[in-house]
Amino acid sequence: MIAQKSLKIIVTFALALLPVFSFASKEDSLVEAEKEFNATDMILHHIGDAHGWHFYGEGENSFTLPLPVILYTDNGLVTFMSSEFHHDTEGHHVVEKNGMSFVNLHEKIYQLEEGAHEVEFDKEHHPLNAERPIDLSITKNVAAMFITVIIMLIIFSRLASFHKKNKHAPKGFNNLLETFVLFVRDEIAKPQIGEKKYMKFMPFLLTVFFFIWITNLIGLLPGAANVTGNIAVTVSLGLFTLVLIVINGNKDFWKHTLWMPGIPTFVKPILTIVEVVGLIVKPVALMIRLFANITAGHIIILSLIGLIFILESAGVAGISVPFALFISVLELLVAFLQAFIFTMLSALFIGMAVQEHEHH
Amino acid sequence: MEYLHIGLAALGAGLAVIGAAIGVGKIGGSAMDAIARQPEASGKIQTAMIIAAALVEGVALFGVVAALLGVLTVPA
Repeated sequence: MIAQKSLKIIVTFALALLPVFSFASKEDSLVEAEKEFNATDMILHHIGDAHGWHFYGEGENSFTLPLPVILYTDNGLVTFMSSEFHHDTEGHHVVEKNGMSFVNLHEKIYQLEEGAHEVEFDKEHHPLNAERPIDLSITKNVAAMFITVIIMLIIFSRLASFHKKNKHAPKGFNNLLETFVLFVRDEIAKPQIGEKKYMKFMPFLLTVFFFIWITNLIGLLPGAANVTGNIAVTVSLGLFTLVLIVINGNKDFWKHTLWMPGIPTFVKPILTIVEVVGLIVKPVALMIRLFANITAGHIIILSLIGLIFILESAGVAGISVPFALFISVLELLVAFLQAFIFTMLSALFIGMAVQEHEHH
Repeated sequence: MEYLHIGLAALGAGLAVIGAAIGVGKIGGSAMDAIARQPEASGKIQTAMIIAAALVEGVALFGVVAALLGVLTVPA
């Protein structure tokens, strides 16, 4: 007689193999117009920004949370909800406000010229008679960043008020949070910036570390926004580091960057160019590293799940989903690691800028 | 012929990945040797290994970004 436990395992495996024998049917009466599944469009839609927070469904009957569209045009501020576009991203639906017309073309808002009623496209599908006003909308990424900011404000103000009231060590979630705060201080700030000056930069390092980590983690949830995979967000983060380096660089740092002492004079201009380029390239590298890591992870997960739809067989899910699960677990590690690397390299660059040199 | 740039971009990304794989493999290998020599220092070695691996992967991802640019920004 087969043992109870082995029987359970055998039955589970037999049931799990059943989907292999299923195939999606094209002649389904429930679906009216079956569009060809375009994996590229699906992936780009999921990792890109959008003016409405789309959860599921397609076109007219999709469940989308509309977000405010805020435009600064030549005639002043124009605001409306993105639901006025009625889920159109091909530039067909025109929204009229204050005598100005707007369309949504691939999640970019264009203002039509005076008197135009629809967008004319050129050969490369670029609009000929429309321009983009200054777009200050609350898009999906902005809303997701606000969520991260609210989470950070809540958990850190709780930790701070605990420490105001008590002298002993915290318990529970506060304790966990404090572990990471001390990790940033003892493993990142103090070794890289030095004992004397690290305190000045702790707020920046802590903010950057937790912002990137929490945003990366939230981005892994289904339906979430891909914030750090947006090059504009990472550019801003890299810019913060660059500004901090430039403002806090002391005299020794600038002397070594611009006019390196101890080198024959005819080599110095070359070295100046190299050093200045290096000064700019380092935050650029930070920005690209974070952006590419997070976006690549999302694209891999989306491609694996999209494989089920490309091959049009539910049995592929038996392979796709475990792989996607494995990659998702790896992404959890990557979320923390990228936050750690960004913070550590920022601390390293700042440390190099404020370092006191012993004079030869 | 019109899809040549996609194939070349994918090839370029693959080459970048080869470099990354060799680099991270070497880092892992030296980390293993170091831990075998001195098991007490394994915590520090592991941390240094993770940092070095993340930096090497960053460079490989520059290659991937360049490949993506080659695919997405092709003038018609």
